[in-house]
Amino acid sequence: MTPDDVGRRELVPRVLSVLVRRGADFATAEDAVQEALIRSLAAWGDEVPADPTGWLITVAWRAFLDMARSDSARRDREVRFDAEPPAGAVPSADGTLRLYFLCAHPDLTSSSAVALTLRAVGGLTTRQIARAYLVPEPTMAQRISRAKRTVGQAGVDRPGDVRTVMRVLYLVFNEGYSGDVDLTAEAIRLTRQLASLVDDPEVHGLLALMLLHHARRRSRTRPDGSIVPLADQDRSQWDTGLIAEGVDITQAALARDQLGEYQAQAAIAALHADAARVDETDWVQIVEWYDELLRFADTPVVRLNRAVAVGEADGAGAGLAALANVDEHVPRRDAVAAYLHEKNGDLELAARLYANAARNAPNLQERDHQARQAARLNQHRQHHR
Amino acid sequence: MAKYLLLKHYRGAPTPVNDVPMDQWRPEEVEAHVRYMNDFAARLETSGEFIDGQALSPDGMWVRYDGEGRPPATDGPFAETKDLIAGWMVIDVDSRERAIELAGELSAAPGAGGEPIHEWLEVRPFMTEPPTITQ
Repeated sequence: MTPDDVGRRELVPRVLSVLVRRGADFATAEDAVQEALIRSLAAWGDEVPADPTGWLITVAWRAFLDMARSDSARRDREVRFDAEPPAGAVPSADGTLRLYFLCAHPDLTSSSAVALTLRAVGGLTTRQIARAYLVPEPTMAQRISRAKRTVGQAGVDRPGDVRTVMRVLYLVFNEGYSGDVDLTAEAIRLTRQLASLVDDPEVHGLLALMLLHHARRRSRTRPDGSIVPLADQDRSQWDTGLIAEGVDITQAALARDQLGEYQAQAAIAALHADAARVDETDWVQIVEWYDELLRFADTPVVRLNRAVAVGEADGAGAGLAALANVDEHVPRRDAVAAYLHEKNGDLELAARLYANAARNAPNLQERDHQARQAARLNQHRQHHR
Repeated sequence: MAKYLLLKHYRGAPTPVNDVPMDQWRPEEVEAHVRYMNDFAARLETSGEFIDGQALSPDGMWVRYDGEGRPPATDGPFAETKDLIAGWMVIDVDSRERAIELAGELSAAPGAGGEPIHEWLEVRPFMTEPPTITQ
């Protein structure tokens, strides 16, 4: 399947939830839906049937019966299903939402929940998911079938809720790596679908957060893959359409006065997006939003990012004071300390901290970036000695 | 989701508790060791955490560029080299704790007398891709 099959993949959760409500077990039904998707590639050609969902349900149900029959023959058991499906189970929003909750089941590890969501809700193939996460296909197949068993056993009575679903979608967006599928776009698609199913301002906050970050993707890296910090990004490359949509969604969510962590993060992203030049950034308001965010998510990472914002709003000294309250082991702390000390005029300490930051960087791009910062300062100091 | 390299050393790691070289084990102890290692890898495959596992021959050499128009220089192997890697396993796990847990299991592989070797394994996180959201 190619990424262009988004329209077809959009039908997957509806089809799957119909099979499950007809009494099919989740694991087999999920395999049957994938089978139907594959068959539709050949059968539809250029001409999509008038009722594609109905087509997929019929074919998936037959595939399910075949699978259940061969399974029951293997186990010498009788098939309990009629070839003619029971009436009543029709595609519904509730079924799709329930599927999201099931795939974000609290008994699953986050990597399993991510993989299962991308397959059962997103309709991606195991191979696509394996490539995206740089894992061998058999390993990913095991991860998914294990996750389906876990959900099937523990599951249906105690699914996850919208919080666990949002955490899964955030992970897909934030760690969207490689392969032929753009996982950041896929995360946005699935979050958009979720937002249409459940009326929760936090889901809208998450969607806005994704759109606002996605808007900057072209300016975030150079052609050689190196990272461009927010302050140095070419803002003319930002996608103004996505920004406008993200800002609208953020404002509409905030107006409902049920603040949460994703809305607060979206508000911060919107303020960055709002500045045509970096020196027009409203850092004072950004600090205020970080204070709000701390009420919902008092994590070292949030405190660290807040220290950066304080450094811009009230000066490097204030930023360093804020940094003093940040856990020493949080990743990128040295990088932030280096930046604030440089701003404060202590170039020698800053250079040392940049070098530390490079040594402890969690990824190559970050390491190279921090090493360049250290080199820049060291060279500067040699010239002025 | 994070990938870790579990590195096994021929030499260079701290001394294990059950420090008897393999060539002095009884044949059935070698069998038991091999079976344990295979079972471990198979279990990781089933749990969806296995990426790769390879063993390296101890018999290698050093190679370096030797200037324009000259063939690369080779040297070694050096019998006295302090650190010698025996092989590796790459796992993809949910947490650092899980990586440590699995390395602990691998280190419990039986050696002489059928007792766990308590071998020291080097556990190294892979560098990741940068996250999408950074502030």
